[in-house]
Amino acid sequence: MAFYVVQFLTGLASAASLFLVASGLSIIFGVTRIVNFAHGAFYMIGAYIAFTLTERLSGTFGFWGGIVMAALAVAVIGVIVEMVLLRRIYHAPELFQLLATFGLTLMVEDLVVLIWGPDDLVGRRAPGFRGAIDFFGQHIPSYDLFLIALSPVVLGVLWLLFQRTRWGVLVRAATQDRDMVAALGVNQKWLFTSVFAVGVFLAAVGGALQIPRDAVHHAMDLRIIVEVFVVVVIGGLGSIIGAFVAAVLVSELNAFGILIFPKISIILVFLVMAAVLIVRPWGLFGKPEAPARKTPGLTVNPWRPLTSNERLAALAALIVAATLPLFAGNYALTVGSEIAIFVIFAVSLHFLMSVGGLASFGHAAYFGLGAYGVAFLAKMAGLPMIVCLLLGPLLGCMGAAVFGFFAVQLSGVYFAMLTLAFAQIVWSIAFQWVSVTGGDNGILGVWPEKWAASPSNFYWLSLGVAALVTIALRAMVFSPFGYALRGTRDSALRSEAVGINVKRMQWTAFVIAGTTAGIGGALFAYLKGSVFPDNLGISLSVDALVMVLLGGVETVSGGVIGAIVYKALNIWLISQTDLSKLVLGGFIVLIVVVFPKGIVGMLEMLAQRRGKASPPGSPLLAKPIESAE
Amino acid sequence: MSVAPPLLAVEGLTKSYGGVHAVRGVSFSLRAGEILALIGPNGAGKSTCFDMLNGQNRPDTGHVRLLGEDTTGRKPREIWRMGVGRTFQITATFATMTVRENVQVALISHGKQLLNLWGSAPSYDRGEAGRLLELVGMGGYADRPCGELAYGDLKRLELAVALANQPKLLLMDEPTAGMAPRERVDLMRLTAQIAREKAIGVLFTEHDMDVVFEHADRIIVLNRGTLIAEGSPAEVRGNPQVQAVYLGEGLLYDAGHREGASA
Amino acid sequence: MRAGNTFVGAAFALLAGGMAHSALAQDIKIGEINSYSLLPAFTEPYRKGWQLAVEEINAAGGINGKKLVVISKDDGGKPADAQTAANELVSSEGVAMLTGTFLSNIGLAVSDFANQKKVFFLAAEPLTDAVTWSKGNKYTFRLRPSNYMQAAMLVEAASKLPAKRWATIAPNYEYGQSAVAVFKKLMSEKRPDIQWVDEQWPPQGKIDAGPVVQAVAAANPEAILNVTFGADLVKLVREGNTRGLFKGREVVSFLTGEPEYLDPLKEETPEGWIVTGYPWYSIKTPEHDAFLKAYQAKYNDYPRLGSIVGYQTIKSAAAILAKAGSTDPEKLIAAAEGLSMPSPFGEITFRKIDHQSTLGAYLGKTALKDGKGVMVDSVYKKGGDYLPSDAEVAKLRPKD
Repeated sequence: MAFYVVQFLTGLASAASLFLVASGLSIIFGVTRIVNFAHGAFYMIGAYIAFTLTERLSGTFGFWGGIVMAALAVAVIGVIVEMVLLRRIYHAPELFQLLATFGLTLMVEDLVVLIWGPDDLVGRRAPGFRGAIDFFGQHIPSYDLFLIALSPVVLGVLWLLFQRTRWGVLVRAATQDRDMVAALGVNQKWLFTSVFAVGVFLAAVGGALQIPRDAVHHAMDLRIIVEVFVVVVIGGLGSIIGAFVAAVLVSELNAFGILIFPKISIILVFLVMAAVLIVRPWGLFGKPEAPARKTPGLTVNPWRPLTSNERLAALAALIVAATLPLFAGNYALTVGSEIAIFVIFAVSLHFLMSVGGLASFGHAAYFGLGAYGVAFLAKMAGLPMIVCLLLGPLLGCMGAAVFGFFAVQLSGVYFAMLTLAFAQIVWSIAFQWVSVTGGDNGILGVWPEKWAASPSNFYWLSLGVAALVTIALRAMVFSPFGYALRGTRDSALRSEAVGINVKRMQWTAFVIAGTTAGIGGALFAYLKGSVFPDNLGISLSVDALVMVLLGGVETVSGGVIGAIVYKALNIWLISQTDLSKLVLGGFIVLIVVVFPKGIVGMLEMLAQRRGKASPPGSPLLAKPIESAE
Repeated sequence: MSVAPPLLAVEGLTKSYGGVHAVRGVSFSLRAGEILALIGPNGAGKSTCFDMLNGQNRPDTGHVRLLGEDTTGRKPREIWRMGVGRTFQITATFATMTVRENVQVALISHGKQLLNLWGSAPSYDRGEAGRLLELVGMGGYADRPCGELAYGDLKRLELAVALANQPKLLLMDEPTAGMAPRERVDLMRLTAQIAREKAIGVLFTEHDMDVVFEHADRIIVLNRGTLIAEGSPAEVRGNPQVQAVYLGEGLLYDAGHREGASA
Repeated sequence: MRAGNTFVGAAFALLAGGMAHSALAQDIKIGEINSYSLLPAFTEPYRKGWQLAVEEINAAGGINGKKLVVISKDDGGKPADAQTAANELVSSEGVAMLTGTFLSNIGLAVSDFANQKKVFFLAAEPLTDAVTWSKGNKYTFRLRPSNYMQAAMLVEAASKLPAKRWATIAPNYEYGQSAVAVFKKLMSEKRPDIQWVDEQWPPQGKIDAGPVVQAVAAANPEAILNVTFGADLVKLVREGNTRGLFKGREVVSFLTGEPEYLDPLKEETPEGWIVTGYPWYSIKTPEHDAFLKAYQAKYNDYPRLGSIVGYQTIKSAAAILAKAGSTDPEKLIAAAEGLSMPSPFGEITFRKIDHQSTLGAYLGKTALKDGKGVMVDSVYKKGGDYLPSDAEVAKLRPKD
């Protein structure tokens, strides 16, 4: 019995830091609608600065003072980030802020290594909380008890802050209805900045408090960020109580789950999230998101099919690309093939996001399923390459059909997180089911047949498929289906009122996008000759998002350009420098600030401006364009 | 009485939330080509009633019949397929698409081409889209992005969209809310004209009594969830119960009152 | 800003990508790939090691008179990116052989690439047995003692312990799984009386140490096998110390004696764990002294195990290239098979039968000295003594 009590308390202690970080993320999202990917980075910087301070400052006061000072310092960094970077892009399309914070995260991961060195740092134990307390023969670390006590205190303080102060009332009001607070004449800028500072402060406290129990290292952020997102979503976005309950729920399930299924922790949070979202689409304590009000007077470049001149230009570009084997070496051709494959991947997500208004955070699942499909067919069934290429993507199609059915029942960030959960579930199957998938050692020896083996032939194959896929998806944008899908994105209400089954349209789009991604994955398997769980991992899903956002989500061809720029840059940087993340992150942040509509969006705007006599004003001041709710 | 069923027959609609009756036993009917206004003070149950007709809300008891067919509890998209077009109090349009494309989406849906992946949408039923836009006086705006339109034009566009499935019945929720007085008259005249030409029944809710009394053939009045009066504009205007209800609000004679709140 | 130029640079670099550049034609080029950005704590000492080796080789006249150049690439910890890098090195830089890799899956990806493109590959650090056995191929050799060898060394000591009730804690991926599997198999062969009472599989890099420690303690084992490392190990040790998990229990632990993993533990270092590792401070052989002196002189820092691996990888590559007198992969294979050479740990041989080197490891016990973790009572275990019989190996390896 004592054991179960102690296991329960241990779970509560694990929940504490999760709750601290999650509550910060939840507050920030609730008010600013920013999906703050950098939240884990702030958590990590909090830990690093706290490490330095607690090593320098001696004594009890030095330790606790160091923790608080570290968190305050990070909050200041957060304020600077908010004012210098995020403020410029609140009006950018939804999720564009994700791109900015992703860029920041990349930079921070390299910066901490540059500043604090590559080694894991182990800080000192908390003065007064070094030992353990005996509980009927079981030991409970006293620091755990401290953490267990801390989270209700933090919860209480936040509650008071939100219930009893004017600031808190405004924050709650903004969480409910952003437009209303703006209409009330509240200084929204400072409200957002202060909210961001508080959220970041909480993340940094969470990180700093890890000093006595964890090692400080440069991958801490990734370790926590996804889990925190999951906790926030399970609890319900914007709900502090929800974050608390979800953190406890996840931690306790983990503490007791490992007693029965020792391997469960790798996937547990995602299973819980998927189950919760299917039953309660807005999380345990969340409320349905109020549909974003569409301000009349917004301007959007209407989409139109390419003119015949533009078609000729695109054809010419394709022909130029096809001549690459005449003058480039094998390496350039292989890189070219890889870029072509990522174009397929990016346009498939772009279709889903820009036409369907559905931002999937787990699109790599279908890319990877296509790759595994090919690997299974080639290695187990021994089928010829062409058959594998045709049938392999069907695995992506099937995955998309099953998961998409559940995912499209949700919308917005909840949709995104459910897709992420499904992707993680698929990933863990590939990772764990060693006898079939080879686990993390993957499936090797999936090389192309002779006719496609030479780099130039494989390049032509990839380029050809990429061109076909791009053309097909583009045609679909301007098909009756594409129009109706755009309709569902712009207004689900109006769509249902003109007889459109919104969910079915979205599901269809999801399956199309998943199948297309699977085509990319199938080619990728042959390009690399092997398949690994990486191919369906989170970082690949994030890559896809970044490519789409970089290109411009409001454009028709943003996916293509985004993929080419991002992938080429990525490959080149990795080859040139060990600090590729720093440079790439910096580049992304720069793009976000200079081109808030993405690269293609920016080009379109320039072209349009040239066409008009008077410029419509700075892009940074352009009115918000709210995409689908 | 006529042998054919009325276009719309509402029988004993009741809806309550947590024990409070929002709508209680409301019955009325509507003929083809007739323009019927549903009025009542705030909280009278107009919206609840309206939403039970268009499928967004499900009645606890009672029935809605369209040309004799029971539509109670059907989804909005199914009701649309049965020949009911609708407009919203706050316009719902496809903001990033052009005016023509907005109409084309409705035409595509009407033509059951929603899953047509390969056809050309820009040329889909362009002629019909053009005719509908001309009908509502938006012919010159076909290529404008919908997001750039003035509010009154959005209302006209909604009307065109609502007409795309050649409806037998139009449901219009506060069609003139948020419009300038001049635009209100234009829009309602247009609606009335189309309804008469095509023998479409129109049911609308409205706060602006000028609009109601000028354009409705018949008026039904809700108060606290029950139907308190029904009749021609003149009859309703003279009904002491209606006057009593509206006196408190002063709305009967102060038509502009609500606009600020709903804009 | 810099990033803007970078973008333009990227475009040019892609166009120019096909053309080789830099090193002179008469130089011998080795391509090196490792997870520098993902695992800097391990790959930085490794890089220092191989840079020292390159310097020594060229100072001594290069390889058969030709200068040795190592072109190094980051793989970001992703197999797919490692292959892109391998491709660049082979196709664009024209290297004579590939070396490096740390993670097992990346080692396998590059090994498979090498097999497909017929390029010689000397895997430096990946531990998985698959590299030389189940997925072994003609073109791939490996330097570091494999999972199996480390397990066999530990089992030798562990089987002498009186403990009968054992629990295991290992990261939940191939390395952890196969380490546990081999350890259990070899242990059970020597000690049929042993019971396995609990196993914990925390996800790699994400251990929730408190519940794991509690769960293991609840099973009340007499001894524990640990395979976690890095930040997970730190958390495990801290929780274990606080909760008294290690009190009165024997612990056997993979790799924990390597400075990379032992040093961060500082005063938290648990005492008396049986570990494999690298006690650079207590090795007193002339070969190691020479290495240590050179390393400390160049870097003013002490070596980690990665330094040894990096150093010996390039030394081995040079020896193979020198013997082959050619960069032809087939000749390199012929030269490498059975080739013996000196190393800081004494002479090693690349076995013909499975291309595994006989580099060994030190086995000892952890201890706390002046607030730092050290290995004591350490003994060098020759790799060759901890491999299965040739007949067994032949069965494990696919026919070339």
